[in-house]
Amino acid sequence: MKAVKTSPDVASTYADQVDGLYYYLIGVSVFFTIAICALIIYFSVRYRRQSDADRPAPTKDGKLLEILGSVIPFILVMIMFFWGAKLYFDARMPPKDAIEILVTGKQWMWKLQHPNGKREINDLHVPVGVPIKLTMTSEDVIHSFYLPDFRKKMDVVPGKYTQMWFKPEEEGAYNLFCAEYCGTEHSLMVGKLYVVGQEEYEKWLNTRWVDGAPMANVDTNDPVAAGEEIWDTNCAAACHTGKAGAIAPNIVDKFGTMRDLEGGEQILMDENYVRNSMQNPNEHIAKGYPAAMVSFKGTLNTTQMNQVIAYLKSRSTADSE
Amino acid sequence: MNDSAEQPTYNYLTAGDTVKSWLLTVDHKRIGVLYLIAMTCFFLVGGTAAGLFRLELATHNPDVLSNDTYNKLFTMHGIIMVFFFLIPAVPGVLGNFLVPLMIGAKDVAFPRLNLASWYIYMLGGSFTLLAVLLGGIDTGWTFYTPYSSVYADSNVILAGTGVFITGFSSILTGLNFIVTIHKMRAPGMTWMRLPLFIWAQYATSIINILGTPVIAITLLLVVFERAFGFGIFDPARGGDPVLYQHLFWFYSHPAVYIMILPGFGVVSEVLACCSRKRIYGYEFVAFSSLAIAAIGFFVWGHHMFTSSQSEYAALIFSVLTYLVGIPTAIKIFNWTATLYKGSIELSAPMIYTLGFIGLFLVGGLTGLFLATMAVNVHLHDTYFVVAHFHYVMVGGMMMAWLAGLHFWWPKMFGKMYNEFWARIGAVVIFFGFNFTFFPQFIAGYMGMPRRYHVYAPEYQPFQMLSTTGAFFMGIGLLICMVTLISSLFKKGYCGRNPFKATGLEWNQAASPPNTHNFTAPVVVDVEAYDYTDERIYQDA
Amino acid sequence: MSHASSDTEHKPYQQHHFESMQQQTQATLLGIWLFMAQEILFFGGMFAAYTVYRILYPQAWAMGAASQNVWLGMTNTIVLIGSSVSIVMAVHEARHNQKMKVLKWFAITLLLGSVFFGIKSIEYGGKWDHQMVPGLNWNDHHALETINHHLAEDAQIAELPKGIQLYYSLYFAMTGMHALHMVIGFGLAFWIMGKTAKGCFNEEYYPHIEYFGLYWHFVDVVWIFLFPLLYLI
Repeated sequence: MKAVKTSPDVASTYADQVDGLYYYLIGVSVFFTIAICALIIYFSVRYRRQSDADRPAPTKDGKLLEILGSVIPFILVMIMFFWGAKLYFDARMPPKDAIEILVTGKQWMWKLQHPNGKREINDLHVPVGVPIKLTMTSEDVIHSFYLPDFRKKMDVVPGKYTQMWFKPEEEGAYNLFCAEYCGTEHSLMVGKLYVVGQEEYEKWLNTRWVDGAPMANVDTNDPVAAGEEIWDTNCAAACHTGKAGAIAPNIVDKFGTMRDLEGGEQILMDENYVRNSMQNPNEHIAKGYPAAMVSFKGTLNTTQMNQVIAYLKSRSTADSE
Repeated sequence: MNDSAEQPTYNYLTAGDTVKSWLLTVDHKRIGVLYLIAMTCFFLVGGTAAGLFRLELATHNPDVLSNDTYNKLFTMHGIIMVFFFLIPAVPGVLGNFLVPLMIGAKDVAFPRLNLASWYIYMLGGSFTLLAVLLGGIDTGWTFYTPYSSVYADSNVILAGTGVFITGFSSILTGLNFIVTIHKMRAPGMTWMRLPLFIWAQYATSIINILGTPVIAITLLLVVFERAFGFGIFDPARGGDPVLYQHLFWFYSHPAVYIMILPGFGVVSEVLACCSRKRIYGYEFVAFSSLAIAAIGFFVWGHHMFTSSQSEYAALIFSVLTYLVGIPTAIKIFNWTATLYKGSIELSAPMIYTLGFIGLFLVGGLTGLFLATMAVNVHLHDTYFVVAHFHYVMVGGMMMAWLAGLHFWWPKMFGKMYNEFWARIGAVVIFFGFNFTFFPQFIAGYMGMPRRYHVYAPEYQPFQMLSTTGAFFMGIGLLICMVTLISSLFKKGYCGRNPFKATGLEWNQAASPPNTHNFTAPVVVDVEAYDYTDERIYQDA
Repeated sequence: MSHASSDTEHKPYQQHHFESMQQQTQATLLGIWLFMAQEILFFGGMFAAYTVYRILYPQAWAMGAASQNVWLGMTNTIVLIGSSVSIVMAVHEARHNQKMKVLKWFAITLLLGSVFFGIKSIEYGGKWDHQMVPGLNWNDHHALETINHHLAEDAQIAELPKGIQLYYSLYFAMTGMHALHMVIGFGLAFWIMGKTAKGCFNEEYYPHIEYFGLYWHFVDVVWIFLFPLLYLI
């Protein structure tokens, strides 16, 4: 019989760090569980009722137990808090050199798109040793992208983009689950994450054919090129690229920067902002310009908007997140 | 040890034997019994659902149920157990029966409202059962939008309405208890002389009044959204599904304390009696209930660490969650200290109670794992969470409920159950429970998501253990039920105070009590849990 | 027991499970206030949603408020305040056991309540005619026309702001829940009027009337919040 696995694989340094915290938690828990249970059992035996005439003497309430019983747990849990919060914040900020992959959740599959436009369904190939950033949204209900071997999970919410990142450090195949209940075939919304060598990844990324047969779900429409075409044909190029007399701000290379708004506020030009501006252009008016943009809601679908975003990202000169 | 006294022939049970005399009763004790019967039925329905999908989960392939049926069963299990068993069990049955008796009142402040609460509970239950009969509901008990409001193809409106209606039963019961505890205490029954069961009921009632209306309106908005297409949480109309989660957990996290606080009350009573000691640190135990109720309102976001809420909000929710742990730890330490140099009798209620402390301890400590942000990200929505809340809800609340039911059973019905079989039941339930839920911690840490119909083969050993354990737990529950029910047909009379416990319900009322509870005016002149008072050891 | 003898004297309207009339009165009053507390939380859920979406979609909220008929809302506010005054008068007369006057003031309260419903149904009807009920008959084109109709010449908008349907969903949910509370109030009022006519109350026992007054004030106060939030700002 195969040995039963009782802990998940450790596929990244981060997973190792989470495990460290986890073992601290287990230590605290085991200590208190054993201590309390041992006391209960000991008292139950030692002070069992000998006769119905037993009249134990009352114990006088002391403050010591209450003080120690608050202070010691308080210290122990504050360690958990700071440790957990530190790891959590570390895990939230993707490095700048991350490869960005678009994730779309849909009942009941994962649609994934690589920077060069290559698409996959439920399988995700990534190179080892490089941070991977996922930009995720959903076409219908809430899903949750879960990589147990990396100890990472993030909800995929319709109507907005969420992000998560991870850095694979061991080649291999890992589980990919949907963790948020999403309907009838929730448990089939699973896939595999393949961590492969750098060269193998390059080869995989740029090959349309595997073993002489077409791979079912490969599509090399380059989102950047597609986005550029949409950008050019929808007048965005005429308005937003800084031509003389343009009635709109030049934003073509501004992705990832803070933008000034009418009224003195600033807003980060990120995926959510670009998509929202295409749909509801007059919600945020750029400083010094009229509210003249028309909405692309109904004209562009989600994929096309993602392509425009990909194009803007490719042109971005911003060097700070 | 003189049990030869005759059972009083006139009591609340014999006060009328027509169906009408039960269905139109305003006697708090009879209403408690009505809740007991209704709740047992709901519990059996919810338990059967659990048994069926546990069977399915024994192997990683689909073999017993289709995915749709599986989803509907775990949803039904959740909705029925949470809203129709866990939340109303202790307040509805034991609370109704005991609150007036323990404080020396003739009844709750609003007896007719009390009966109305039971009917509201039944009406809500009927809607929910109707939803099940008409094809079920598959959203999970959390009704997350936009799945529930737009995409699900099942009876969300009916079930949502059922839960909405039942909420008012909790609200009105809570209102009734607060007024009763404030205004109906017998002369001499000061706040610091109240049994801890009353303190627990009081804290629970506050949460009921402040929390339940919020889930009521939230579910109503979901029902509107589904019925009319309003779109308050629908992203297609600009709505925010995460707002739904905030509103839902604003109630549903405190609801956890609605379920467990009354259990704390029960445990304090049984522990004091079966070790013949005053609860150590009475004031701390009493006020920790209120502290838990208060802080519990500000921790809901710990259900949403991966939901895209702001990181800084998550930080606040995390730290507040640990703070709830402190008063909870205080309770556990004080209960343990109560045993020290006591006179401990391991009767059936005491076995349940000590089982409660152990299991609730594990449930509470694993709660710390989930409050830890980085660890939560990994464990959220996995079997670890399932195991954690079952340790709190079943290992905690259900064990306390059974402890209380055994403890006050003679008071309610005048009969003593077979002690031997009651102990066997308690022990089998305790071990069955651990077999069922402990493996789920490991499956969860290995990454198995909850609500999975089919799953990766590496999780199968744990699920198999779980299913086996559930079988034993079912047997234990069966033993417990048969033992209790068969006692009703026994001849003997249990006496007024078979456990030799303190408290007005034991010492100043008959078993079962008569319709007006006390025959003589009640005046309280002793502290709670005064086990040195020789009067409690003399037979009635 | 140290109760004074006047306390323990058993009045016919004292329920058997209370020790004294004073205990009964205090208990009932506390119960009513707790009921109000849960009502606040009930509406609180919707106010929370209102706040979140108002911050997310300020323009939709501005346009939504602009498209309301402030005069109808204002009239309704005055009518409701008037009905609060009349219920105060009813309680006042109950204190002096003036049965006919109590009934008169109750009738006036209900009359004012009916005026409120009349105006509210004109408003709802208007929204329905302009196809501005989300989910049921919402029409972007008509909604835009209607909103522009309310806006000044130089403030016309070319398209609907994002989230405008949320504003209207919440408008209907909030005013609808408020109206439901008034309907329940009408039912209670008829019941209490019946009891009053039968002579169930006297100068020292009229809790139903007093507590109905509190309930009616509460419903009124909810409207006092709804009016500025939905019509003015």
